[in-house]
Amino acid sequence: MNLLLLAVLLALAGAAYLLGRRRATKLVGGDPRALHSRPTYHGYYVALWCGLPALALVLVWWLAQPQVLDRVVLAEAPASVQQLPPERVDLFLRDARSLAYGGVTSGTPTPELERAAERFRSLQTAGRVGLSAAALSLAVAGLTWGRRRVSPEFRARNAVERSLDVFLVSCSTVAILTTIGIVLSLIFEAARFFALVSPTEFLFGTQWSPQTALRADQVGSSGAFGAIPVFAGTLVITIIAMAVAVPVGLMAAIYLSEYARSSARAVLKPVLEVLAGVPTVVYGFFAALTVGPVIRGIGNTVGLDVASESALGAGLVMGIMIIPFVSSLSDDVISAVPQAMRDGALGLGSTKSEMIKRVVLPAALHGIVGAVLLAVSRAIGETMIVVMAAGLAANLTANPLEAVTTVTVQIVTLLVGDQEFDSAKTLAAFALGLVLFFVTLVLNVIALRVVRRYREQYE
Amino acid sequence: MSEATLGQSRRTDVHTSDAAQRRLRRRYAAERRFQLYGLFAIGIALFALGWLLTSIVGRGYTAFTQSRVVLEVEFARDVLDPDATGDRQVLSGANYAALVKSSLREQFPDVSGRRERRALNALVSSGAAFQLREMVLADPSLVGTRRAVSVPLSDDSDMFFKGFIRRDVGESERKLNDAQVGWLDALQERGLVERVFNTTFLTSGDSREPELAGIWGAVVGTTLTLLVTLLLCFPIGVAAAVYLEEFAPTNRWTDLIEVNINNLAAVPSIVFGLLGLAVFLNFFGLPRSAPLVGGMVLALMTLPTVIIAGRAALKAVPPSIREAALGVGASPVQTVLQHVLPLALPGILTGTIIGMARALGESAPLLMIGMVAFIVDIPSGLTSPSTVLPVQVYLWADSPERAFVEKTSAAIMVLLAFLILMNLAAVLLRRKYEQKW
Repeated sequence: MNLLLLAVLLALAGAAYLLGRRRATKLVGGDPRALHSRPTYHGYYVALWCGLPALALVLVWWLAQPQVLDRVVLAEAPASVQQLPPERVDLFLRDARSLAYGGVTSGTPTPELERAAERFRSLQTAGRVGLSAAALSLAVAGLTWGRRRVSPEFRARNAVERSLDVFLVSCSTVAILTTIGIVLSLIFEAARFFALVSPTEFLFGTQWSPQTALRADQVGSSGAFGAIPVFAGTLVITIIAMAVAVPVGLMAAIYLSEYARSSARAVLKPVLEVLAGVPTVVYGFFAALTVGPVIRGIGNTVGLDVASESALGAGLVMGIMIIPFVSSLSDDVISAVPQAMRDGALGLGSTKSEMIKRVVLPAALHGIVGAVLLAVSRAIGETMIVVMAAGLAANLTANPLEAVTTVTVQIVTLLVGDQEFDSAKTLAAFALGLVLFFVTLVLNVIALRVVRRYREQYE
Repeated sequence: MSEATLGQSRRTDVHTSDAAQRRLRRRYAAERRFQLYGLFAIGIALFALGWLLTSIVGRGYTAFTQSRVVLEVEFARDVLDPDATGDRQVLSGANYAALVKSSLREQFPDVSGRRERRALNALVSSGAAFQLREMVLADPSLVGTRRAVSVPLSDDSDMFFKGFIRRDVGESERKLNDAQVGWLDALQERGLVERVFNTTFLTSGDSREPELAGIWGAVVGTTLTLLVTLLLCFPIGVAAAVYLEEFAPTNRWTDLIEVNINNLAAVPSIVFGLLGLAVFLNFFGLPRSAPLVGGMVLALMTLPTVIIAGRAALKAVPPSIREAALGVGASPVQTVLQHVLPLALPGILTGTIIGMARALGESAPLLMIGMVAFIVDIPSGLTSPSTVLPVQVYLWADSPERAFVEKTSAAIMVLLAFLILMNLAAVLLRRKYEQKW
């Protein structure tokens, strides 16, 4: 139905384009030189007047409809329903909706529910008919209005270009809106969480067991939301990943940019990029099924007790994933070091490695630090590898052979599956998300600033 | 003369004395070591890649074949349609599992006892009954006839024939007992077992039974999701890139937008999932598990990539093009839309394809918006519940059955194949339209 309406509106706009163009041509007797704007612009102008207001109306109604229908149905519901606590009212409305549109209700439908569902259905039909009529008449009105404005002196091109400008600006604000959306949604949900659990307990507590908060009447029903073990686990895995990725990535970048012949470089660089293109879920599977058992086997032969979901396995594989990230970023900064500095060092008689260690790396240090910071933020935010290969239980330890959990793992386990949306358990995920977003944001800002300063140094 | 000798001896002192030679040897050794470290680092990366790929392909390639058994099935009228009504309802509700069981009993008439029979029946997939039902519904004249039908074996039998369940370990340690192994051997000796290309894997949806599970549902879900992503992020991304690169004045506001885009590009993907959950699902009340929402979340995630690539491509178009167009009287908008943008388009497309490839491999944000449900049906629209390939991989990787390991690896192979195709397209596009100004 909605699709049909959209199709009709688009067809109308197309017709409006043709009408506007024809009218413009006809007004000047087929001589476009007498027009201020070329006929197509008049066509676009009429089409915009025809399509935009109607489409805007459809969009607004589409967004507002659920709330409006809920309000109306609730206002007409008997007082017994209106006096229910808010969650029960929500449940009532949800049941009425699913009864109306053919879903599963949470119990046998009561007469009030049947009536509400009936009202939902009738309101929706009415809304549909009303919307179609309003949108179509708006489109036709716009078409007539736009067509009337067409005249040889009319500056259609300027009008069309102005609306295009508005479109471009609004598209570029999507990025800002996304950031605002992220920040607001995280802060709102986290604030609800911090109303239940104090921020100091969350940030400095050493007990993390959100899964105990299952039933309200249970002992210890509030759960324990001290996130220190979760942060510590994230730190352990990040350190392991960096211990793999930074030396390997950096040395690979140095070798590729300073030693490798260009033919070898042409082959090796894309191969490294392949590592970057492998989806993280594949690394997770690899870590859980191949690397984990191998590490466990090695540990057993040496006589060490290795957990099957050890931090080492997840960290190693995460490090492998980040190698190309580190190497391509450092490659960029190393090649940005001016050739004159290299030539100077070589001219003084240093070997190539001395030149790299004493001149190139110190000169590129800023950029490399920036690259490492970006890699750290990447490792902290990485999800699938740790979800599949790291542990679920929070465990405050620095031993890489034991299972630890991370912020992202906890977010996933808290939010996947059945959830009641107001419990501290699910809201805790948003608090963790807020911490994650904040930490990675700070890392990124610092890294980008460092890299930018470095670039300015040599430009 | 004496001066020259002195100078020469001093020179030999500095450069050819034993100490100097040792120092030089040390420096050259350090040089070689350093170069070796570099090679070693490259070696580690290559080894990791090779290990990853061989372990995936080594586990996965067997999933593209399937073991089936050819059974003589008696489409007995008294089981399917005792009253000879010919009614479809009766036919579709009949007990087809009984047909499979009786034809297995024909093969092994001396098997008796409830437990033994059940063990025997467990060798054949529960999908066999569905297959017979489909056959009869498609052609009701089969009722009362007898013919040889190739039906899928259960996942354990399949694993046995593929060599993953070994006969030399103790009976208690394998999923098939000795009697079942004996029956399977007998079936193979009679030439009834065949290994065919596994079309089920490519054409069906998810299932709890590994031998009936397929990736088609996930492939369709992925296509729908990426379609939404492309439709949203390509126009918005191009428009934003054009504005920022061509029209935006340099002021605080555009600076803010730029910093924003660079930061968004580095925000962890799971945070976008949280955004989708809080805004799209809880605030706007859009349906869970829907490709529409998944596509929207992935579009927000991919947008920075497209914008950054688009700006780079626009920047690469030389100013002379703009000046020429403006010089012959085009308006700034006409200049950009009719001259600059077409020249930058190949670069923008390349960036978009790379962004889409990233979105194709992404699963974490989709977990947040409920695309992890177990969904058997092939998704039919943008709001019907569905899953995507990477999430399917995640779901199967969690399943305990040995047969799912094989399916997971095979699904990964399909996913990687799609990724390679997309990246190849990007490379070719770049090669074909790359322009040196």
